[in-house]
Amino acid sequence: MRFQVLVRLKDGVLDVQGKAIETGLKDKKFNAFKNIRVGRVIELDVEGVAPAEARAQVEEVCKLLLANPVIEQYEIKEA
Amino acid sequence: MRVAVVVFPGTNCDQDVLHVFGKLLNAEAFPVWHRDTDLKKADLVVLPGGFSYGDYLRTGALAKLSPVMQAVKEFAGRGGRVLGICNGFQILCESGLLPGALLENVGQRFLSRFVHIRTERSVGFFTSGMEPGGVITCPIAHFQGNYYADPATLAELEANGQVVFRYSGADGSVAPEDRSTNVNGSCNAIAGICNKAGNVVGLMPHPERAVESLVGFVGADTGLEPFRRSVAA
Repeated sequence: MRFQVLVRLKDGVLDVQGKAIETGLKDKKFNAFKNIRVGRVIELDVEGVAPAEARAQVEEVCKLLLANPVIEQYEIKEA
Repeated sequence: MRVAVVVFPGTNCDQDVLHVFGKLLNAEAFPVWHRDTDLKKADLVVLPGGFSYGDYLRTGALAKLSPVMQAVKEFAGRGGRVLGICNGFQILCESGLLPGALLENVGQRFLSRFVHIRTERSVGFFTSGMEPGGVITCPIAHFQGNYYADPATLAELEANGQVVFRYSGADGSVAPEDRSTNVNGSCNAIAGICNKAGNVVGLMPHPERAVESLVGFVGADTGLEPFRRSVAA
């Protein structure tokens, strides 16, 4: 099974990359873009386990490593 | 006094820390490789600065899964003293040994410069017996040094007196909104914290790079004092 994990900074946590992008776009006169948030996409195959178990394991590694719950939130999608 | 200095792939401040403890303070300081789980009867474990595992995923994220960190967690759990400097602080936060996280600097830049940090309280072994309000002048070198914790955690840190160092002016004045002193934008100008028990300490600045007056700037050796305390206490 293939999964896609989207990791984002939580709302309210400063995203300096997003701010830098906003500044860059403003320099090119794209003034309409606001609240730019940069996330991360992690794609992974889970092999040899039942679908429910696969999802549970992805959930587990999100908490363990892929996201830092202090500052980030994550979303798991089946690809 | 036996001091274990943990070396991950990408660590680059291990020799500085070994120099401080081994050469300047006459402790028995030795490196421990990240695949090892034997801390060799250390009294103090130091996670030095650098770019462990290339800062992949998040700073300190992969280091927390290494075999040596399982040993460090057990050691800290038994009350063992652990000090994390720069990337070592990031690893301690990622490991859950210290609360909070280090975000990218507010100014969106890697900062390599000198700062002043004020000793807050003599909590934890690192500042044990040091006068509150004292100022250390030392370098910082980081891109992710902006200390963040949610408001509830911050309030708890402050209430428990777990803030060890804050970024300050040369006179010890602290102004969290002032980017000329709180250069990375850290919450409450926090530069270093300890856990509740005081046996785990982490800080972003590099006092181990300000231990020799030989290098000749004002305050050049002010970084030595907390290391001295760590060995004496």
